[in-house]
Amino acid sequence: MGELLAEPKMEALKAGLVKESRHLKLNFNELKSGGFIKQTQRDLFTARLRCPGGRLTAEQLRKAAELAEKHGRGEVHITVRQSVEIPYVNYRDFDALNAELRSIGWSVASCGARVRVPTACAGCSYNPNGLMETQKVCQEVDRRFFGQATGHHKFKVSFSGCPIDCFRTREMDLGFQGTLDPGLEETHCNGCGLCVKSCEEGALVLKDGLPVRDADKCNWCGDCVKVCPVDAMVARRRGWLARVGGKHGKHPLYAYEVAAFLHDDQLYSLMERTLSWYETNGSGRERIGATIARLGLGKYLSEVVRSLGVETIDSPLARRKFKAGGNLYD
Amino acid sequence: MTEPGPIDLRGVLCPNNFVYIKLKLEEMAPGDRLEVLLDDGEPMRNVPRSLKEEGHRILKVSPEGEQYRLLIQRGPD
Ligand code: SF4
Ligand code: SF4
Ligand code: SF4
Repeated sequence: MGELLAEPKMEALKAGLVKESRHLKLNFNELKSGGFIKQTQRDLFTARLRCPGGRLTAEQLRKAAELAEKHGRGEVHITVRQSVEIPYVNYRDFDALNAELRSIGWSVASCGARVRVPTACAGCSYNPNGLMETQKVCQEVDRRFFGQATGHHKFKVSFSGCPIDCFRTREMDLGFQGTLDPGLEETHCNGCGLCVKSCEEGALVLKDGLPVRDADKCNWCGDCVKVCPVDAMVARRRGWLARVGGKHGKHPLYAYEVAAFLHDDQLYSLMERTLSWYETNGSGRERIGATIARLGLGKYLSEVVRSLGVETIDSPLARRKFKAGGNLYD
Repeated sequence: MTEPGPIDLRGVLCPNNFVYIKLKLEEMAPGDRLEVLLDDGEPMRNVPRSLKEEGHRILKVSPEGEQYRLLIQRGPD
């Protein structure tokens, strides 16, 4: 087990697969990134559709229904990672199904040791708690990194619009959560105290008629800004809190908080660098959390995060500031 | 115009309290004022923010025992 095939043998195997897929009239290249998952029933597979952020157009939804009737058993399954799957597809139908998806610019999802389709909540476009545009960035991450081979294991990414973290960014290989840094324009404040009432962390108290914030308690949720009737409490900064190295499964890990207040562009750079760091430093079939645990968080931070010019979470003080709770910290 | 007497929304749960205020504000003209009594806790956390999101203005907040009295100004249409 775990023994690698010698190169020439591997090549021969690949050639054989290509030949076989031709014989079955299957497009080998299209099947490479996965998307079809073997079922217990012979010859039957589940087709997982590419639904970044769980967002489907009405056209895609109709197509999924149509394909489920044509190639499946007239039902779909909605996965925990926001995908729509069509169960009971015969492998001889793969090409037909792919062609139908392609006709509306769609495809199956990625599987295996690849960047998986990212998940995201509704974010600030209409969720009242949202601080960042999760959907926009999720779609862009999917466009840039879809199916990229990691060299080691799967790579899951998710986006939460605010610290309520419905999309469990602590359990992802890479997770991004919206945060807001509040500040007070004293001259506008009328001392009404609504911000104090709205703060669930008890981070604000009124002192001499003005709200004072205890930064150790603040979790960057922005509720105080959203409630202030005179815009005295305002957002000094908004951005993404980045978490890395989490996973669920048999041996769950809680991610490390590594950077704060990233802009969208910095987020894409962080992801690109993280993937290349993982490819270089990972060993065998380990997730990135295991790579970091093995080599030390310091190495990841100095080789990937610090040079990005962002607020790096690399000291006990910074960890306290961002309520870092990763169970891998030493 | 200011509605006479506060609307008593003590004991009314979210989001019904907000919906009630909203219906009341819809009968009024932009700039008109309305007073309401709200419970502390969830109502005080949710209602003021929802009012702001819909363009209304809270002019005054005064504690009254376990409750709060809000003076609201109806926003533009
Ligand atoms: S994480 Fe925040 S913004 Fe996203 S769905 Fe949950 S509450 Fe809404
Ligand atoms: S951002 Fe959230 S936690 Fe921080 S002071 Fe404002 S309401 Fe409280
Ligand atoms: S809600 Fe705004 S006006 Fe009222 S106390 Fe807080 S900062 Fe001041």
